Formats: sequence, structure tokens, C-alpha cells
Amino acid sequence: MIIDINFVGLIIASIMASAVPLILASCGELITERSGVLNLGVEGMMIIGAISGFALMTVTGSLIVAVFGAMLAGVLISTIFAFLTQTLITNHVATGLALTIFGIGISAMIGKNFVGIPGKEFPVLFESLKDTIPLISPILFGHSIVFYFAFALPFMTNYFLKKTKIGLIVRAVGDSPESASNQGINVRLVRYACILYGGAMSGLAGAYLSMIYTPQWIENMTGGRGWIALALVVFSTWNPIKILIGAMIFGGLTIIQFHMQAIGVRIPVQFLTALPYIVTIIVLVVISRDSRKIRLSTPSSLGKSFHKDN
Amino acid sequence: MIKILKRDQPSKAIFFFTPVLAIFLTLVAGGLIFFILGFKPFEALKFFFIIPIADKYGFSELLLKATPLCLIAIGLSFCFKSNNWNIGAEGQLTFGAIVSGGVALLFYEQEGFYILPIVILAGAIGGMLYASIPAILKTYFNTNEILVSLMLVYVSKLILDYLVVGPWSNPEGFNFPETRQFSDSAKLPLLFEGLRIHAGIFLALAAVVISWFVFYKTYLGFQMKVSGFSLKTAKYAGYKGKKMIILVFLISGACAGLAGVGEITGPIGQLHREISPDYGFTAIIVAFLGRLHPVGIIFASLVVAITYLGAETAQIFMQIPKYTGQVFQGMILFFLLASDYLLFFKIKFIGSKK
Repeated sequence: MIIDINFVGLIIASIMASAVPLILASCGELITERSGVLNLGVEGMMIIGAISGFALMTVTGSLIVAVFGAMLAGVLISTIFAFLTQTLITNHVATGLALTIFGIGISAMIGKNFVGIPGKEFPVLFESLKDTIPLISPILFGHSIVFYFAFALPFMTNYFLKKTKIGLIVRAVGDSPESASNQGINVRLVRYACILYGGAMSGLAGAYLSMIYTPQWIENMTGGRGWIALALVVFSTWNPIKILIGAMIFGGLTIIQFHMQAIGVRIPVQFLTALPYIVTIIVLVVISRDSRKIRLSTPSSLGKSFHKDN
Repeated sequence: MIKILKRDQPSKAIFFFTPVLAIFLTLVAGGLIFFILGFKPFEALKFFFIIPIADKYGFSELLLKATPLCLIAIGLSFCFKSNNWNIGAEGQLTFGAIVSGGVALLFYEQEGFYILPIVILAGAIGGMLYASIPAILKTYFNTNEILVSLMLVYVSKLILDYLVVGPWSNPEGFNFPETRQFSDSAKLPLLFEGLRIHAGIFLALAAVVISWFVFYKTYLGFQMKVSGFSLKTAKYAGYKGKKMIILVFLISGACAGLAGVGEITGPIGQLHREISPDYGFTAIIVAFLGRLHPVGIIFASLVVAITYLGAETAQIFMQIPKYTGQVFQGMILFFLLASDYLLFFKIKFIGSKK
């Protein structure tokens, strides 16, 4: 059997493409969680981003407006979460769930008029280089700008957290809000900013799905990716570089499922579709078994409200 | 000038008042959304919240929808009270329905008084089995129960899909994704001629009574309360934390499984693809809105059940998208959580006089 080397390249590229929304949303959530806030509303913010991006693209015709509009929508919806958890000191878990339920409802409501409308073509970069080197070219060239941004993001996030002063502040707020506050850091402000940033990245992840990956609007099209993104943050033990690895594994599972169906492997489709969720659980178990390691890498104040008296 | 003061103690009166406030604020915000969408707000709210339950049939439908919500929320309150975040009740409902549906199919075209109890029990066991997965992983492998229970929701729906399309599909069903009809002995009896309300409501009421007893009259209830308040105190008091985690998950799984039984052995009488319009998720809101109190949960389940009916009515009569139901559900929880601020803080309006 001859394996076409370019075909292998294309498969790897498609795995990377399906990893993009996971990387974006996970990296955003990672910053939020590093500041000590657990936002379970990723799924809701993503779906809001997906419909906002698609709707703005259809209405305005401008891709730039649509992409940034989707990010802004993510920011706006996460502002609700930030206001509730930071200003009104509500429970993070319950508020995040409310955000997801609300987001799915609102997106379907707005999206009613956009079902069945075909998407627009999103410009790709380095298209002419696509056939130059076998195997490598299809992986490296001919993708959207969001794709390249997503694969750079884990490294930028890592640099931000480890090498910059603001990154240090974010970590300090997440690990010990009391001492950060005593140092004169405005804990609430930092957490607000991290939540809104997470919203922007989830919004972008959603826009990628509805504008570039699929590209059309389908109700509930995020299909649990927001939750997998949340699991990826745990998987990565809050290390952005490991998000990249995790997202590739999950992207791979999604793509393999298509190819196994195509070559007629006799496994029920439902089992293949369930695979990413089952693997997520297994991976979580393996990662979490070592409770000491988890405790060392988890932001100490994760999910706990901080209220400064007077 | 407004001054915000911290209360010495959470106010008990406000504890039960805020859910009412939250519902009121949701109605106001909902009216606003209708207005933005170009509908007459009062008319839309009337179609949403009053018309659907104005007649006997509507009221029966309300109880039909409130039953699973109440049942699941009661189960969840065991988890939430003790600080266990089981958010996968939808999966436990689905798996309970699968197991009880499978048992009901074993009795295909058979009659007998013993069939229904077995079918009901099978549903409860199915829900418990499914809930035991996140519970065991949490207690023995330190795995986050939120993510595990949620991932299992997707898995359970895919299992159901596989079964009703594949091995369990009705051989005479022209490839419709559904099983054969259960025999009459495997169905919960309908309570009134011409209405869909069925005996499942008694399961919910029994759960309410039992949970009230456990919460307020038993040592277990006390332990749950302490663990929910402070895990450290619970540990210090020597409570068997692991055992309790598994127990509350099993209870809530059983309740969700029973809700699943009600959905398939009630008016429908067969397994098919979509057995629950996300009751398992909506019940989380019901549990909070009811303040994790059995009686509160009854009222909350009725209020939230209206959003399901209202969404359907409003869609038919005013072409308002049916997802408005979910929007309302999300808003109720937002406003409820927000108004909890009043529990811990006093807002004082101080006059301009100095």
C-alpha cells in the first residue's frame, strides 16, 4: 500500500484545524483560572461568539468586523459573569452554569434568522506555498490568520505568565489574593480583566467555528467543545504549552473519527463520537490521581471568592 | 448617598424573599427583551406565563413538566447541600431511562402487576450506576466531578442514540429511531382521562417528603449541612467524607433515573432519541431557586416548568423563538445569584443631611 505523503500532511493539518477552537478557549480560560476564577461558562461564551461572528459577517459583509465583533460579544457576555462573581460575590460554579444556559438560549434566539445561510470564504495565508514541500507545506501553509494566532497563543501565554510583570501579578492574585491585596494590587480589577480576556478568546474560538471551520451557523454548534476546553486546562495542569498537546490529541480524535467512518471501519458512529468525551474522563483521572501534583499546580484560590472588607 | 454594610448574619427572611425578587426581575428583563425583539411586552409575557396554564389541559401539562424537574432537583439538593457539584443529572436521567426502557422491552407484550415496579426500580438503579462514576472517580481518584459528570451526559445521549437506531429499534418501525411500544403493564398509569399527567408525580412527591425527613430529622442531613458549610469542620468532626460523597451522588442519580422512567413510561411508552428537553440541566436552576429546600423546590419546579410551556405557546401564537425559555431560565439563575448579595450585605440609603 502506498501512503500518499501529502495526504498525511493534510490529515495533520485538519487535526490542527480542529484543535484551534480548543486552544483559543483553553488559553483564555487558563488566564482566567490563573487569576483564581473558575468560569464554567466557556461553552456559553463560545456559542455567543459563534453566532455574533456569523451574524455580523452576514449583515456587514466585513470579516474583520465579524471577528472582532465576536470577541467583543464574548467580552460583553463575560462581563455579566465578572460583575456577578467579583462585585456581587456569587458562587463561580453556579454563575458559570447560568452563563452557559443563557448563552445557548440567546444564541439560538439570535441565530434563528441565520440558519441555512451559507458562510463566506475566509482568506488564507501563504496559499501559493502550499505545494512546495511534500508533507510539510500542507501543515504550515494555506491557513487562516486565526489558525496561526491559535498556535502562537500558548507560547505567548507562557511568556506572559512567566516573564512579564503583569503575568506575575495575575499569578499572585490567583495563588494568594490576600497577600496580593496587601501589596496594593487591586485583586478585583485583575480578576475582571482576566475574565473579560477569557471571554474574548472564547468568542474568537466560537467565531472560528462558525466562520472558518464549519463555516455556517448551526444551533448548538459548539457541541461541548467549551467543556472540553475546560477539561484541557486541568489536563495541562495550568501550563499553556501542554494545552497545545492536549488540543492536538482531541483534535486528532475528532478527525480520526471521520476517517474511520470513511474507510468503513465497522464501529458504531456513536461510539466514535463519544470517544473524545470518554478520553477526556480517562485523561482527567490519570492527571488528577496524584493529588499532590494537582495541588501544587492548581491556582490556590481557584473558584474561591475574594472580598476585601471596607 | 448609598452605603453598603456587611450583615453580621445572613438574613433568614431575605433568604426566602430573594427567589421571588429574582422571578420578578426576570419578568422585567424578559419584557425588555420582548420589547427589543419588537413584541408587545405585556402581551408576550401573557402568552408566556398565563395563557399556557389557563385551562385544565395546560395545568396538567405544567405538572407533567414540573414532575421531572422537581424529582431531579430534590436529588441534586443532596449533592449541592454537601458541596458536590453533580451537573450531569441529564446523563443520569438518560441512562436511567435506557436501563428501565431495556427492562420494559424484555416484558414486551407481557402483562402483570409486578412489571411496573421492576421497570421503575431498574430506572433508579440505572441512574445510580451512572452517578456512581463521577462519585467514585472523585473519591478515589481525586477527579473533578463537574467535568466528569458533564462529559458523561454526552456519552449517555450517544448510547441512547446507538440503541434506538441500532439493536433496540422497532423491527416494524420503518427505521424510525425509536423502540417498540412498552406493554401497558410497564407504563405509569395516566391519572385523568384525556390528560397526560401520570402517576410519576407521586414519585416526585415521595421524594419531597423523604428528602425533607432526611435533611431535617436525620444525622445524615446534619452531616451534609456541616460538610456543605465547611469541609474542614466535617473532617474535624470525623465524618466519613468519602462515604457521604458516594451516597449523595447515588441519591441524586436515583432521582434523575426515576425522572427518566417517568419520561419514557408515561404518555410516550417507548424509548426514542430525545427523551428529555434538558430537564437535567434546568433542574440545577430549580434546585437553587428552591433554595435546596424540599418545599421551595416544589414551587420552583412549577415556576420553571412554565418557561417550557410558555416558550411553546409563545412560539405558536406570536412566533417568538422557543429558545426564549432557556433565556428565561438563565436569567432566573443570574438574578437569583445576584440578589443573594442582599443576604450578606445591607444597602443603606443615607440622606443628604449631614
